[in-house]
Amino acid sequence: MEDLSLHILDIIENSLAAEATDIEVQVEERITENILIIKIKDNGKGMDKETLVNVLDPFYTTKTTRAVGLGLSMLAQASKEADGSFDIKSKPGEGTDITAQFVYNHIDRKPLGNMAETIAACLASLGPGTDLRYRHSRNNNEFLFDTKEIRKILSDVEINNVEIISFLKKHLEEGLIEISEKE
Amino acid sequence: MKKLKIGDLEKIRDKVRRTAVLRQGKARAKVTVHMGTCGIAAGAREILSSLLEDIRKKKLDDVIVTTSGCAGLCSREPMATIEVTGKPPVKYVDLTTEKMRKILNQHIIKGTIVNEYALAVGSERTH
Ligand SMILES: Nc1ncnc2c1ncn2[C@@H]1O[C@H](COP(=O)(O)OP(=O)(O)OP(=O)(O)O)[C@@H](O)[C@H]1O
Ligand SMILES: [Mg+2]
Repeated sequence: MEDLSLHILDIIENSLAAEATDIEVQVEERITENILIIKIKDNGKGMDKETLVNVLDPFYTTKTTRAVGLGLSMLAQASKEADGSFDIKSKPGEGTDITAQFVYNHIDRKPLGNMAETIAACLASLGPGTDLRYRHSRNNNEFLFDTKEIRKILSDVEINNVEIISFLKKHLEEGLIEISEKE
Repeated sequence: MKKLKIGDLEKIRDKVRRTAVLRQGKARAKVTVHMGTCGIAAGAREILSSLLEDIRKKKLDDVIVTTSGCAGLCSREPMATIEVTGKPPVKYVDLTTEKMRKILNQHIIKGTIVNEYALAVGSERTH
């Protein structure tokens, strides 16, 4: 994976596959503290202890044709390479809570990449019963995106309509530019 | 914080609603872009984004786009499955945004399968 936004998309796709109805994504760029934190939390079906151990083992796979390692171990590896930490909590029937931390200016820290494109891509996959909340902060500036709020406005129109996704992607792009310009 | 332009969103909502009423909910085709780890690493996100944009520009509001996990053929990612309503699904492999565009124009719009990019016609199991 080239950048962290692709890792985030991968992790969100797992939450969707785990039939989550609520997904929370949080990106915290604490530049003054030299820390980057990424959190993804869902209320999907969760994992038992054995599955958890297995998915974190980069050599474990149930697939014979796999070209790359498992997504979760790849994110864990990315945070390790940037002198960070990785933590995952999961309970069957309750959900999964993932935190990856990075040294912000570490030379091996992957760039954040295009978060607007990642969230927009998720909107195409979002079933009618699933909501996504995305919170992105950069020092003291914050951008918040919540499909629950957006759906209130859309009422009977679906959020994964191409016109709606296009509009929301622009909104995401502008929101993210704004928090980086305010410095 | 950047505020959602609610008035603008409402305008788009109303426009979408009007076209939905015109086509009475009938879908022409469904495109599934495979978004497993291997697909994403191989560029599936960009293919999805450009496909959504092309569909919007061509006003093909009867084409449904969705995503799924790994299709079990990681070395041939990015992949997408096209189901033209009433026809068997076709899997396309080793995609680029350009190939996807050609598939949109030929297969989805005109109904002609792009054989050179297709994996197998009508079979979901591929290995
Ligand atoms: N958020 C989650 N909730 C529940 N189970 C999860 C979650 N994330 C991962 N898993 C479990 O871990 C397994 C491995 O996840 P991983 O993303 O590495 O591969 P995958 O999703 O199965 O395959 P791919 O991503 O290639 O389509 C999943 O199949 C699932 O069983
Ligand atoms: Mg996955």
